[in-house]
Amino acid sequence: MPRRVAIIATGQTKHAARRLDVTIAELITEAVTRALEDADLTLRDIDAVLLGNMEPFEGFLFPELWAVEAWGGYLKPSVKFNTGGTVGTTTAIAAYYYVASGIYDTVMAIGFQKQSEGHTQTAITTVGDPIWERSVMAGAIGNFAVMATTYMHESGVTEEQAAKAAVKARRNACLNEYAHLQMPDITVEDVLKSEMLAYPVKRLDMCPQSDGAVAVIFAEESKAVRLAPRPAWIAAVATAHEQQYMGDSPKRLAEMRSLIAASRRAYQYAGITNPRRELDVAEIYEVASFAELAMYENLGFCAKGEGGKLIDAGVTELTGELPVNPSGGVMSTNPIGATALIRVAEAALQIMGKAGRRQVEGARTALATGYGGNAWTDVIILTREKP
Amino acid sequence: MSGEEKTLRVPFLLDTEYRYAVGQYGARFFTELRDHARLMGVRCPECGRVYVPPRPVCGICYRELHEWVEVGPEGTIVGWTVVRIPFIDPMTGEQRPVPYGFAIIRLDGASTSLYHFLDETDERRIRVGRRVRAVFREKREGSLRDILHFRLLEGEDE
Amino acid sequence: MRRVAILGAAQTTFEAQKASLAYNELVYGVVRELLDRTGVSMREIESMVTASQDAYDGKTISGMAINEVVGAYLKSEAKVAADGLQALLYGVARILSGEFDLTLVVAHCKESEGDPSAITGLMFDPFVQRPLGLDENVAAALQARRYCWRRGLAPEDVALVSVKAHRQGLKNPYAQRKGEFTVADVLASPLVVDPIHELEAAPRSDGACALLLGSEERARAFTEHPVFIVGIGNCTDAYWTERDVADARALEEAARRAYAMAGIREPAREIDVVEISARYAHEELMAIEALGLHPSPVDLIAEGRAEFITPSGGPLCGNPPTVSGLVRAVEAYWQLSGEAGAHQIEGARTAVAHGAGGICGQNQTVVILRRE
Repeated sequence: MPRRVAIIATGQTKHAARRLDVTIAELITEAVTRALEDADLTLRDIDAVLLGNMEPFEGFLFPELWAVEAWGGYLKPSVKFNTGGTVGTTTAIAAYYYVASGIYDTVMAIGFQKQSEGHTQTAITTVGDPIWERSVMAGAIGNFAVMATTYMHESGVTEEQAAKAAVKARRNACLNEYAHLQMPDITVEDVLKSEMLAYPVKRLDMCPQSDGAVAVIFAEESKAVRLAPRPAWIAAVATAHEQQYMGDSPKRLAEMRSLIAASRRAYQYAGITNPRRELDVAEIYEVASFAELAMYENLGFCAKGEGGKLIDAGVTELTGELPVNPSGGVMSTNPIGATALIRVAEAALQIMGKAGRRQVEGARTALATGYGGNAWTDVIILTREKP
Repeated sequence: MSGEEKTLRVPFLLDTEYRYAVGQYGARFFTELRDHARLMGVRCPECGRVYVPPRPVCGICYRELHEWVEVGPEGTIVGWTVVRIPFIDPMTGEQRPVPYGFAIIRLDGASTSLYHFLDETDERRIRVGRRVRAVFREKREGSLRDILHFRLLEGEDE
Repeated sequence: MRRVAILGAAQTTFEAQKASLAYNELVYGVVRELLDRTGVSMREIESMVTASQDAYDGKTISGMAINEVVGAYLKSEAKVAADGLQALLYGVARILSGEFDLTLVVAHCKESEGDPSAITGLMFDPFVQRPLGLDENVAAALQARRYCWRRGLAPEDVALVSVKAHRQGLKNPYAQRKGEFTVADVLASPLVVDPIHELEAAPRSDGACALLLGSEERARAFTEHPVFIVGIGNCTDAYWTERDVADARALEEAARRAYAMAGIREPAREIDVVEISARYAHEELMAIEALGLHPSPVDLIAEGRAEFITPSGGPLCGNPPTVSGLVRAVEAYWQLSGEAGAHQIEGARTAVAHGAGGICGQNQTVVILRRE
């Protein structure tokens, strides 16, 4: 039986298109300070620090070196991850294993990105293999566009149904004081009329580029119980990868092999047999509107091909049976190095009862997912009950 | 944010060169492409999947891949788009000209798909399932660019 | 209490340029060899930790290039963007957590594909340092000079490290650069950045290595003499210009933690072999002190009593960054399993593997292995 681990505190910056008021170091400090305040701890109480960031999206490589005081790493064990979109959940999962192992008792995971300082689509294009993919790739936008057409063809999902997810995201974001894009009056028509970036992805279907940071503190059982009134226990973590190249997965979004594998493994671990009924809230990594609907299917919230119907029925609205992304999701806030860790933080806030105006009442079981690179997937399940 | 003009920022150009090894599998693929305008994949002895790009192992079976088979030059569109948003191409440092058609194409005989350009920029004329054919350059140098783009074929879709 | 053992290891030869191999082919070779040596099938392995640096690979999310060849399709792999020995630490944590019985740990780097000076230039802060055109060699040179001044060392003293390393390299079939050099040869080799000479700096190198970690049950089913990981320590120092680079505080701290975990009180007496990841000759002297092996490293080497220190020859014989630290664990493991061939230290039972990353070794890792 592994050592029980819980999330005891989180801290986020106000995410924005451009945080010109801070350097990347100061941005990180903002999140770290808030997390420590939330936990009522000081840096002395943190045994190790794990960092997640996507180099070179801001023209920084090795950002962890010169900003070390900012993230609290001085004279502590630390390591950095940069696994793409999943980096936030990679870092959270590593924090879980380090604490579960007994090597450290309290670990702080930090995700950060100052995207305004780089050229995101250009940088994302360097994810493409330089020999086989890069000369044709068109950033995340192009990638999601080609995947969306396959998905629409397979499932019959429409641009209008996808637009509903985009609307839900920006409206939910209005309840989240940290979110970047908050659009209280956005409509499906606004989305459909927005600039076509790459068919079928229109500007409002797509996530923004944000500056932001988040810090999450993990602790072993006895500390967690002592330090947090209602810790968010880690009930399951699972990671699954795709094959090497972007074109390897035959059905792309229509059949997300890695998400199916990781989620089923996590459900089994956590004893969940009917995710739609047994999950109270989900914070999923939806880069674009179409992806959200596809993820409903691949996560088993509905049958294959029914993602559009699920959102039509309002199941995933804040007031629905299974609220998805009450925080506004990735479509509202996307500092890539932080984004997946923000999913974890938001899921934890729900369990801890600290999600403010976006709180799902009585949330006892929450799901967080990370997505990145060539459809790599992380899944984390948090519960109010000790596992 | 007021006073944005007064914020000090340090400009920095990230410009560094790499020379990527194509590898043994890449060398075979690109040599065939350059010399014979032929596209090749490798077949897994266990599951029979044919991989393009070729690679040392089948990730699903973890078996070494040694059997080369010809694929294409025709194929089917698995997914597609027309890119309209301008961005800087990291290979050249220049803005890539838009619009351009771009698709995931499953070459005949292959189990995986390749990303490449389409010769079409009218969204109304492109569909999942349309048949396409590789158009090779006259002068080829042994890279993915030896394929100029894929041409949409008239006629029945798959 | 659960324990973690090393079940097997493999490394490629190190070469200035492995031009004919793409990353996935390079890594497949070393993983295949590891699986063949241990007789473990990829089907049994559910957990992988890799180490590679996007900046060196010229590919964002550089782990993607190797994820099939490390068997990660639908499995749990994570890439640390740090010195490879950190991947071993994370692998240890995964097994100690109880979720996995086996974990594959892999590191790769091809310095030949990029420009290390430009790449390491990016480690420096963009506001006040990058405009100066610094790279890791310049920083190392400043550290070397200051450390030598602090200890009253002459260039000939530092050159001894290079002489020893390249001589050791003659006994290591994987070594890239080796030979019988004199102090005069070393000091006559071209200057990289004053006072560091070419033979005192790791040459540009391509290569990879892999280890298989296992739980105690797996280890005991495998061999009568398991090699356990009995101590680990990692520590991050301040940025290079915000500390005295002649100090090795982070390494002292990492070593202290590792020794405490392993129950080692007198390192000089209790440790049989040490593999130090020194990419510049002066770093080996600093590490010998910081690891508590000897207060006068130069005397130790000059008197011929340092054969147990980096018997593989180390990075000076050619190990690229990222791989440097993890291959120390490969070498340390082989010393304890009796597979170190011509550079075997007889009767070795306790070994230390060291890794470092960042400018002037800002982050330090120490791992202690013991054979039962």
